[in-house]
Parts: sequence; structure tokens; C-alpha cells
Amino acid sequence: MMIEPRGGISKRMQMAIPVIAAFVALALAALPLAFAGAPIFPAYWEMFNGVFGSMFSFTEMLTRATPLIFTGLAAALAFKARLWNIGAEGQLYLGAMGAVAVGTGLVDGPAILMIPLVMLAGAGAGAAGMLGPAILKTRFGADEVVTSLLLNFIILIFVQMMLEGPLKDPMSMGWPQSEPILDNAALPRLSDVLPSQITIMDRMRIHSGLIVALIAAVVAQIALSKTTWGFKIRAVGENAAAARHAGIGVNRTLLGVACISGALAGLAGVSEVAGLKGYLTTDLSPGYGYSGIVVAMLAGLSPIGVVIAALYVASVFVGADSMSRAMGVSSFLADLVVSLSLISVLVGGFFARYRIRFTGKAGSPS
Amino acid sequence: MMDLLQIFLNESFWVASLRIATPLIFGVLGALLCERAGVLNLGIEGIFVVGAMVGWMTVYAGAPLWIGVLAAAGGGALFGLLHAILTVPLGLSQHVSGLGITLFATSTASFLYRTILPDVSSPPRIKAFQPMDVPILSDIPFLGPVVFQQTAMTWLALIMVGVVWWVINRTPLGVAIQAVGDNPDAVNAQGLSVYKLRIGAVMAGSALMALGGAFLTMSAFDAFFFGMVNGRGWICIALVIFASWRPGKALLGALLFGMFDAFQVRLQTEAGAVIPSQIFLMAPYVLSIVALVFVARKAEYPRALLQPWFKGHR
Repeated sequence: MMIEPRGGISKRMQMAIPVIAAFVALALAALPLAFAGAPIFPAYWEMFNGVFGSMFSFTEMLTRATPLIFTGLAAALAFKARLWNIGAEGQLYLGAMGAVAVGTGLVDGPAILMIPLVMLAGAGAGAAGMLGPAILKTRFGADEVVTSLLLNFIILIFVQMMLEGPLKDPMSMGWPQSEPILDNAALPRLSDVLPSQITIMDRMRIHSGLIVALIAAVVAQIALSKTTWGFKIRAVGENAAAARHAGIGVNRTLLGVACISGALAGLAGVSEVAGLKGYLTTDLSPGYGYSGIVVAMLAGLSPIGVVIAALYVASVFVGADSMSRAMGVSSFLADLVVSLSLISVLVGGFFARYRIRFTGKAGSPS
Repeated sequence: MMDLLQIFLNESFWVASLRIATPLIFGVLGALLCERAGVLNLGIEGIFVVGAMVGWMTVYAGAPLWIGVLAAAGGGALFGLLHAILTVPLGLSQHVSGLGITLFATSTASFLYRTILPDVSSPPRIKAFQPMDVPILSDIPFLGPVVFQQTAMTWLALIMVGVVWWVINRTPLGVAIQAVGDNPDAVNAQGLSVYKLRIGAVMAGSALMALGGAFLTMSAFDAFFFGMVNGRGWICIALVIFASWRPGKALLGALLFGMFDAFQVRLQTEAGAVIPSQIFLMAPYVLSIVALVFVARKAEYPRALLQPWFKGHR
């Protein structure tokens, strides 16, 4: 058996792999569905219907996709520079804490000032959360995978501490939750900003965080492909030694990417707390930081791809939730499909780059 | 001050230290074996969960405890095989593949647990390993209770330190595993299979990791909870660097960690009124990062760690 590199990957192939991987992962889900004793095709239909069956469920999916776009972008940009930021989950909570710290009454003003202020506070807190591991990497050579991962646990405990201390809502009857974000600091619901004929139901929770996420994706795409900064990121990621030789400040670039990546993950927290939940609790994120890694890989680290991959992952979560309620199958099925998608896209990437040739033993006629 | 001294003089502190260290000993040994062969295994956190769930479930279904231990190891080896296939013959990114294994293993274990036991509100219990009283030895003052009033799995962990040390340093297989992590071309030139050595090391290492998880549900506790691994796997990845990939130092690192954790729990009862309890909960993770920063510059990574090797490529 020989493994040979193919000449190169066509653009079309590059786009096809994640789509195939997504379908393979969904198809593989038939096994756990069968194990759980659910009728397979009705279960798939229930999943599909749970997302595309109504305008409401569709907007729920978009609401779920919003934080995933942010954390997906956070992972994609960092991975592009080969900076392994696995700490988006923690940075998300830092961002949420930053938003709550300034947005619950510390300062007050018109929405046009308060919203940017809350977003800046959250982005800053998130950036600080990744700057730490990046400095430990560039100054001391400490592996950022381990440090950013361990920080997730430290930050979550820190959030608990803050919610029992300075950030605690005195009116919460003992529940560990923060005070609510002020109305004029909250990201408005889309039903409040769009003309009323588009917004059919007022129960819809979809909020303007989605717009911010989409803008972030477009800006990231342009920055990555059209600016010198983007060029530096790609150069550092492809070959740090060569980039250093070419006079690119590798450490500076890494620290910069760390800040942007952390800030994006922080914005995921801002969007969840100021757009959706209204206050901070320790169960704000069901692992959006980790799912963001899957989103980024499915997207092939392309920012626009992140948007599409986030929609897919959010659909799996919302669809599986609905199927799980209807058929009594554990909603861990969603996590299973998402993790299988990651593994499938990795394997798919291999077969796009290499072909396996089966040859006879040396010396035997072939 | 006297109170602090009291903590160290109390034998229950040392019993707790060794108990807390046990899953980490398994985990660090497992990670060490994978990395010595050149493969970083970030699947460790998920493999812990698999070991915890499979070991517990096997015993819950009626099998004897040691069959549960074997089943856990087998489950770990299976996920190790998947990681090995992705990273060794396919040569995919060890970072991303490992994280994928962690997500996949965690969700598989959680899905299976929920599907087999859909309606349990409080986690069911098994009859877990009990501390064994060894006649005579347990009566040795101090050392007796600390070492011999542990469960059989702690002993197994200590034995595995010796086994892994012996295999790596004293057998031809160990020499080959080290070589494949340092210079796979040389191994290939000698006519040995780089693929087989790496895949085997990753599977064996993953089986050890799973035992760390099994200890949690079958010895430290007697039930399976979601989120019970709680970063222990990641701590092992930090400890293996701290231990410079040596089994003896791995034992030392895990023990120091166990002592620190046992100490902070006792300090918490002394100083809990003044310092928020969360400070103590954070301490183990902070300690791991600090330890990593101190040794990072001097760390001599296996030279071919993270580097894929393809047959027939130069």
C-alpha cells in the first residue's frame, strides 16, 4: 500500500469535502438511532422538520448559529496562524462577564453609546483571555493548547465566584445569576428593528447579534485575504521559520491573532448575554467554544465558510433537540453528529490530498 | 501555623493524596506512552469519560469489577485505535484529531449512558472497589494505612509505573517505541514498522488513560456523572511535560499534584471563612499552568512528536 500526494486540490473539491462530511456524519447517526430503538426515517424527518418546519424553528436555529459564528471565527483565525486557541469557551464567559460588568448599571447612557461600550468590554475581556496563553507561548514556550484549555476551567470557576460575589443580583432570591443587562445596553431583537411584515411572531428570540456576527465574518474574510496582516497570519501559519526569515514579526503576529481570536470569542458571550439571555449564569454556553472548533474545521478555516458551517451545526443541535423531544432519543445525539462531522471532514481532507495505491509486494508482477 | 503542620502529620492527608493521584498516574503514563512514540493524544479527556462509563456500566450490568476494568481498557484502546488511524497512516493534525476524539468519545459515552438508562434521576450505584486491609502490612505505623489501605486500582496504578518504566527502558520494544518518537526514518531503515509501533503505543496508552477514568467510577466514587472527569485529562497532558516523559517523574508529578489537591481541601476547611471556596477549586488548574511554564523552556520533547511519517516519502 502506498500513499501518494495528489497534484493539488481543486476549489470545487475543497468545497465538496465538508458537504460530503456533513452528510456522512448524518448518515452515521443512523447507528445510534437504531441503538436507541427509534424509527430511522421518521427520526430524520423530525430533525429536518424541527429546523425547517416553521418560521419560528428556523429563527431558533439562526439564534443558535449566532454564537457559533463568533466562536468558529475565533478558532478559524487562530488556527490559520497555527495558534491553537482551544480556550474559546472560557473567553466566551469572559466576554459575557465584561458585558455584564459595564451593562448592568455601572454606567448609563443612550443605546447608541451603551451597546458599543458593552461590546467593547466583552471583546476586551475575551482578548485578554487569549493574550495570556499567547504570552506564555511566546515568552516561555508553554504549549498554548494546554494553557488555553485549562483556563476554561479556571474561568468558569471564576464566573461562579463573581456570581456569588460582586456580580450577584441581590434580587435573584439566592440564584447565582447577575443583574439583568439594562434595556438600552441590550442588543435589540430583530423583531424590534425589522419592519413588522417580516417578523411574523413576537416570540422569536433572534437578535441583532446575528448581524454583528455576519459583519465580523465579512471583515475577517477581507482582512485575511486582502490585507498585509492577513498575509502575515497565513505566512506564520504555513511556515513560521520562513516567515521569521522574511522579516515578519512572528511573535507580534501571534499576539495580534490571539487578541482578535479572543475578542471574537468574547463577542459570542456578549451576544448571548446581551442579546438572548439578558443576564449571566454559569450555564450560558452549552459548549459553544468547543463546537466552534468543529465549525472552523468544517469551514476549512475560511471566515465565510464559518457562517455556513455554523448554520449546519446549529441545525443539527436544534433539529436533534426537537427529534429528541418527539421520540425520546437522548439529545446527546447532536453532539455525536457534530463530532462525527469533524472526524469525517478530517478524513475527507486526507483523501483530497492523497490517493492510496494498492500495489503488490515488491518483486511480484503487478 | 500549627494547624498547617497538623495537616501533614495526619495520615489521612497522605491517604487522600495517593487516592487523588491515582487517576492522574494512569493518565500521565498513558499520555507518556503515546508521546514517546511521537503521537500527542488530546483524546485523553474523552477517553477518561469512556473508561469511566464503560467500566461502571459493565459492572452495573452484573460483571465482576475486574471485568469492568478490562472493558474500560478495551474501550479506551478502541478510541485510541481511531486516533492512531487518523494520525499515523493518514498523518492528520494530531491536535485536531485529538480534540475530535475527545468530543466523539465524550458524546458516545454520554449517549450510551442516557440511552441505556433513560429514566434515572439520581445516578445508580455499584459496589465499588473497597480499600483492602492487608494483614500485617497495614499495621505498619503510618506507611501501612497510606499505602496498603488503598483500593486495588491504586496498586494497579503503582504497578503500571514499574511496568511502563521497564518496557520503555529495559526491553527492545521500548527502545523501538522511543526511536519511533525520535527518528522514525531510522526505525524504518531497520526494517521495523513505524505504523505498527505507533498504533500499538497509542492503543496501549489510551487503554491506560481509560483506566484513569474507570478509577473515578469504580473506586473513588461508585456512580457515573456527566462532567465528572472535569479536566483531569488535560492536567495529565501538562503533567507529562512536567515529568519530561519519564515514568518515575510522572509518578512524582502526579503525587505532588495529589498532595497539593489534598492540602487545598484541608486548607479550605481551615480558611474557608475568609477566602472564597472557588479560589481553592481553581488551584489545581492554576498549578498545572504554572508547572508547565516553569519547565517549558527546558522540555526536551520527543523529536518527532506531532510529525507525521509516510512510508516511502523522504
